[in-house]
Amino acid sequence: MESLEARIAEWRAYVGGAPGVNGHDLDELEDHLRHQITELSAAGLTADEGFLIAVKRLGDVDGLSREFAREHSGRLWKQLLQGGEDEPARASSDWVETLAFAAAAAVAVQIARLAADAPDEEPNWLVRNISLFVLPFLAAFFARRRQLDVRGWLLTAIPFALAALAVNLYPWGADSSTEMLAALHLPVVLWFAVAYPYMGGTLLSHERRMDFVRFTGEWFIYYVLIALGGGVLMGLTAAILEPTGADVDQIAAWVVPSGAAGAVIVAAWLVEAKQRVVENMAPVLTMLFTPLFAVMLAGAAVVYAATGLGDAFDRDLVGVFDALLVVVLALVLYGMSARDPSTSPDWMDRIQLVAVVSALVLDVMVLGTMVARIGDLGFSPNRTAALGLNLVLLVNLAGAAWLSARFLMRRSTLHRLERWQTTYLPVFALWAATVVVMLPLLFSFD
Amino acid sequence: MHVDKDLVAASATPLVLAILAEGENYGYAILKRVRALSAGELEWTDGMLYPLLHRLGRLGYVTTEWRTSPEGRRRKYYAITDEGRAALADQQRQWLAVTRALNDVWPGAMLTAFGEA
Repeated sequence: MESLEARIAEWRAYVGGAPGVNGHDLDELEDHLRHQITELSAAGLTADEGFLIAVKRLGDVDGLSREFAREHSGRLWKQLLQGGEDEPARASSDWVETLAFAAAAAVAVQIARLAADAPDEEPNWLVRNISLFVLPFLAAFFARRRQLDVRGWLLTAIPFALAALAVNLYPWGADSSTEMLAALHLPVVLWFAVAYPYMGGTLLSHERRMDFVRFTGEWFIYYVLIALGGGVLMGLTAAILEPTGADVDQIAAWVVPSGAAGAVIVAAWLVEAKQRVVENMAPVLTMLFTPLFAVMLAGAAVVYAATGLGDAFDRDLVGVFDALLVVVLALVLYGMSARDPSTSPDWMDRIQLVAVVSALVLDVMVLGTMVARIGDLGFSPNRTAALGLNLVLLVNLAGAAWLSARFLMRRSTLHRLERWQTTYLPVFALWAATVVVMLPLLFSFD
Repeated sequence: MHVDKDLVAASATPLVLAILAEGENYGYAILKRVRALSAGELEWTDGMLYPLLHRLGRLGYVTTEWRTSPEGRRRKYYAITDEGRAALADQQRQWLAVTRALNDVWPGAMLTAFGEA
């Protein structure tokens, strides 16, 4: 029996090393294996013979791990990593390609800056267009990696072309707030435009949409890490060059924008290529921050419910609230995308529900105040944009709260909740696009 | 007789749901039941049952629970939900439609097959 235990342990280690199979799957498969061995032994085979037959019957590890990975789309990338049947395994030429796209984005930003006489001047057109100098390269990067056909490339390009036309042809007024709103919302619109090539030219697949949510979260983590490293590097460079009399500010003014643009591509590549690293980190980060945000939100909801938003509530505070709500939503979405869908509700789901319900309460209060302000002062571009965003968030949070409460009561499945969120994603994109394209028209570019 | 791979795959979901409709069960026993029901003619790769069960779980057709088996091992039990029953009923209608159509074009063959069973 000793040797059988050793063999099973070896088998476990081997199958566990295969991408796509996790600990729970292993437990289940091991139970199956032992059951089969016992039965075969009872039929007169030795334990070793039984083991061999049982393992053979389970099927080959590659096929098995592919099936598991396909079912748990969260683990789908692992299947791609090991060179699944759909996508050829990638060589180290990846690197070169990534750097080429990153360099192209950096050069584009620098050309724009030269044309604008930055950093001495920062004309509005540069602020409006800055994401148009970077994100098309990210879209092209994915279009190439996903091997889109000509039609796919064209459809990828269309949103970028339309956005470029809109923000550059509109006759913006002086000190126009619709212009600032468009500049603020354009990166969001374009990020959603990147989703199309990222998802390999499909928009309808809910699994792929969830993959894109996961990608967004992990890209963000990598981007922050690169930015931190870059900051340290710049600080040290400045400290070293200072005595030589070099103009450090001038150098930074050139290096930082290039780095920031290039890092967009490099971070995206890292998410794809070094997924294993971030997969260990990201769930820990969400587990750390979701409870903290839940406590903070619940506290804020209670305090504001008691005192009312009242006079303290001004334009800046609306911005803070909206940023907070967006962060909570991102955290919840990302936590969901990183969650193992096969497990039953646990304490993390409860905490998430607390966060969502508190956010909902805050959102309702913000909306109430905003409607009152609009009643007093009428619609302005800023108020309209804020009202729309809060309404969009309200519907999403209400749906999420309802479905996750039902999930916790085991009346519904996580699948439903995921579907709700992935179905809702286009609403965010549409709202951001409305602010960029429609709002300026409605307020005559004021 | 060897049943075609695609046919095996297509019949997997209704079979598993039907077996779970008889009562909650775990992986190994479900496979044994499949073998017994098909008299060994449906060749399943054992391991593939589990991704299928997980898919049914994600769709809300089955619920899962970890328990300890009589041998003291951790074992995952699956039970069908109301949604699973609805899906099963739907599958049954589809398979009936298929068999009825086949029966109409192959009157002799099907009747014999049913007669044997």
